[in-house]
Amino acid sequence: MGWLRQLLTRKRLYGDLQEEIAEHLKEKTEALVAEGMSRAEAEAAARRAFGNVTRIEERGREAWMWPRTERFLADVKFALRRLWHSPGFALTAMVTLALGIGANVVVFSILNGLILRPLAVPNPRNLYQVSRPGDNWLSYPDYKDLRDRDPSFSGLLALEYMRTGLKAGNAALRSWGFAVSGNYFDVLGIQPAAGRFFHPADEKGLGSAPYIVLSSDLWRRQFGSSQQVIGQRVELNGHAFTVVGVAPRDFHGADVFFSPDFWIPIVNAEQVTGWSDLCCRDHIDVQIVGRLRPGVTPAQATASLNAVALQMAKEDPKDDGLKLLVRQPGPAGDETDPTKKALLGIMLLALLVLLAACANLASIFAARTADRSGELALRMAIGATRWTVLRQLLTEAVLVSLAGGLVGLAFARVLLGALSHWQPFGDMPIHLFIVPDARVYLVAIGLSLASGVLFGLLPSRQIWRTDVVQTIKTGYVQTEALRRFALRDILLVIQIVVCTLLVTASLVAVRGLVKALHVPLGFQPEGVTLAEADLRMAGYTGENSLPVQKRLLDATKAIPGVTSATVADSVPFRGGGNWFVYKWGTTEFQPSHMAFAASTHLIMPGYLATAQTRLLKGRDFTWDDDGNAPRVALVNQTFARRLYGSEQAIGQRFALWATAKYEVVGVVEDGKYGTVGEDPQPAMFIPLAQGVGEVKASTTVVLVRSRLPQGQVTQALYRTLKDVEPGAPFAVQSWADAVDLSMVPTRAAAVVLGVMGLLAAMLAVTGIFGMASYSVTRRMHEQGIRMALGAQRLQVLRAMLARPALLLLLGSALGVAAGLLTTRLLAHLVSFATPHDPAVLAGVLLTMTLLGLAASWIPARRALHLDPARLLRE
Amino acid sequence: MTPIDKAAPRDLFRGALEMMILQSLRRQPMHGYALVQHIQQRSNDLLQVEEGSLYPALQRMLRDELVKAEWETSPTNRRVRTYRITPAGIRHLEREVSSFERMLEGIHLVLSPTGS
Repeated sequence: MGWLRQLLTRKRLYGDLQEEIAEHLKEKTEALVAEGMSRAEAEAAARRAFGNVTRIEERGREAWMWPRTERFLADVKFALRRLWHSPGFALTAMVTLALGIGANVVVFSILNGLILRPLAVPNPRNLYQVSRPGDNWLSYPDYKDLRDRDPSFSGLLALEYMRTGLKAGNAALRSWGFAVSGNYFDVLGIQPAAGRFFHPADEKGLGSAPYIVLSSDLWRRQFGSSQQVIGQRVELNGHAFTVVGVAPRDFHGADVFFSPDFWIPIVNAEQVTGWSDLCCRDHIDVQIVGRLRPGVTPAQATASLNAVALQMAKEDPKDDGLKLLVRQPGPAGDETDPTKKALLGIMLLALLVLLAACANLASIFAARTADRSGELALRMAIGATRWTVLRQLLTEAVLVSLAGGLVGLAFARVLLGALSHWQPFGDMPIHLFIVPDARVYLVAIGLSLASGVLFGLLPSRQIWRTDVVQTIKTGYVQTEALRRFALRDILLVIQIVVCTLLVTASLVAVRGLVKALHVPLGFQPEGVTLAEADLRMAGYTGENSLPVQKRLLDATKAIPGVTSATVADSVPFRGGGNWFVYKWGTTEFQPSHMAFAASTHLIMPGYLATAQTRLLKGRDFTWDDDGNAPRVALVNQTFARRLYGSEQAIGQRFALWATAKYEVVGVVEDGKYGTVGEDPQPAMFIPLAQGVGEVKASTTVVLVRSRLPQGQVTQALYRTLKDVEPGAPFAVQSWADAVDLSMVPTRAAAVVLGVMGLLAAMLAVTGIFGMASYSVTRRMHEQGIRMALGAQRLQVLRAMLARPALLLLLGSALGVAAGLLTTRLLAHLVSFATPHDPAVLAGVLLTMTLLGLAASWIPARRALHLDPARLLRE
Repeated sequence: MTPIDKAAPRDLFRGALEMMILQSLRRQPMHGYALVQHIQQRSNDLLQVEEGSLYPALQRMLRDELVKAEWETSPTNRRVRTYRITPAGIRHLEREVSSFERMLEGIHLVLSPTGS
């Protein structure tokens, strides 16, 4: 009951106390006067005997308060008022920190989502991927042997990626899914959201289990989340599958990026792909993931797997030299994963931005404490303890850093929300699950508090050294100036080093992007439109696709405005297989004997003309190079050099396997086949009419070169192809766009590094500006006197700005050195450019000079326009 | 901070000042200034109490309802705030004094030269 009355009557209680003390002092004074003191002496003596009136009143009041809470609230209120009165300071500090924190939250969330966060399955910690060094892919027979013979896993599953046409009712769409071993859902420990999953018991030999499990997303999109879907028939590339179940909503398979639309039993994969995926140990197209038995370490599992592999190699020479290892699934466990390397590199740079922001924050707080030294000294003089003053500064720092952190977090949240809806890779179901979770929020708040408090309080050392009397007299803590200046120096140099480093990084990235845009591709994508489809969706197989492909070509050629057209099974930057190439004379076709794997495209005559790929030697294909004619191939320069060395390639032969042997009839220029940044790769072209060995292609790409506007070509092409073959929906896009897609990482790196460079530059400008302004203000009087004594304006300017300029120079030099040292780090982020590039170096120096000039322009003007007469009067 | 704070004993030990105040008020109600004078005189000026430190203690006792206060006019025609001890205050005082005496006895026994 007491506390409420206390709260309501407190004002009166405080008034009573104050009055009572005043009466006490009066009474004491009068008593002393009565003893014969003068009134003034008596008043002073009374006060001395009484003690610090303010403190005692405060302690008296504390009896009625909850001292901690109220002191805290009072501190907060006071700090808010102080910040409100200096919005410039508050805003600068907040924005500075918000930038640093925001950048880190974004990068950390991505890192968290892609690498740190385990897969969304039960007990993700004992889930491991079985892979070869530097290669995640293995063959299905290998999988079966490992599953049956290796004791270290409680369950081992296999999965194959597939891209198919999916027909449900009247809707036909292109779709991505997994063909998985029967134990897939059991090993992962997933329960269906509807219906059932398939199990090992469903696998009764090849083609025995035409079941399909839908992803929750596809279920919602195509079937309106209806329970009726269970038992329905859908078609994959024209083959019927029965829907048995739906996966739960947050289950995306055992993959970090890829969200499949469906899962089918792997024993039915060959139906869909039309290719013998499962037969042989050199058909390498599954990934293997397993759960380790309790108590088995990854190292033990690796040893045991390799023992099995050795056994397998003895039984089948195709497994010669098979080496296996066990690692965490996803980019997290892959030392060579480019995404992981890039993200770690960018995380490092983001932390540097935060460091720069903190250095900036510390100088802002230092300047503010210096400005307030008079006020603080006064407060100490009238009885505030150093701790009280410090507490106030601490509260201010915490408020600013919390606000900054929250703003940064909000900004990052918006950006990440947008990013997680981003689908950079066309119809590939790549999703970035990067929306921040509790861990990210905690890290962000912790980081902002730590940086705010740590760096906000850095300058408060000076409070401990404050000589109250001296400070009140002069208004500045002149005696301490030199040492505090040194702290500010270091802070500024840190900022400039970081800024230089980040500017270097962003210039390297931009230069890399520019170079990437001008890399010769080995073809001219501009003006070429691609229409892609898999004819199996319309019920054809590889065997009978060729006549359709020819009909499609004829119809396309008839479109007005088409300069040239051709058909291929795939084109560079849009798929294409890699085949193992063996030297002529090889008798045992096992992977350990191959020369290399070559990127392979099946083409019709006219491809080289349409793609504008230059033929360097020999001849192009003709319509006579068909199934009955001798098998021929076009190879690129790298292929020719690596297989035949300096010998003339034309007329030479090579083999893919015993029954797939080819003669080289022409050599074409090198190009890029998968990414712009790749090293020169061997590649070959084979007539579509001949196919790879017995394998004929049903996947079809129609290429059209035309000068008509893109929209017009797209429309005409889509209509024409639909008329010829209504059963297979064609996806139409320009080849240039397809190439652009492969540049997404390069562009993203350029954008990210550019933004960070910009942030760092902003921080550096404010830092230099603050330093220069401070220097000018502090030495205004002194320089005024010098001018009055005849110093030239330029001399004055030099005196005031020499130090910031020197620091800028020092920082830039260190930054450039650091940039050169981090070449390797940058190489993970960007191809094509290094900090050693003279253009980059020149750019960095120019940028830093401009930044320095921009930042010191206003302070320099102030220094130049000093009016000594006025200064001295003041 | 002013050096007074460090030099002057604020409390002899926890609760000592309170005990002296309550004991003084038990003899007769008094206002603050009179309390200071009283304590200093009674202790033959052995205890130099910082005059101000009385007031926070009084506020705490007011809060705990060990004493109550009333504005009155003194015989010397001065407006004073007179403190009176409450029954709760008396009980508190007796408890404190007896525990203080026990403590003193204990200290005395330890310090006495005849103890072994």
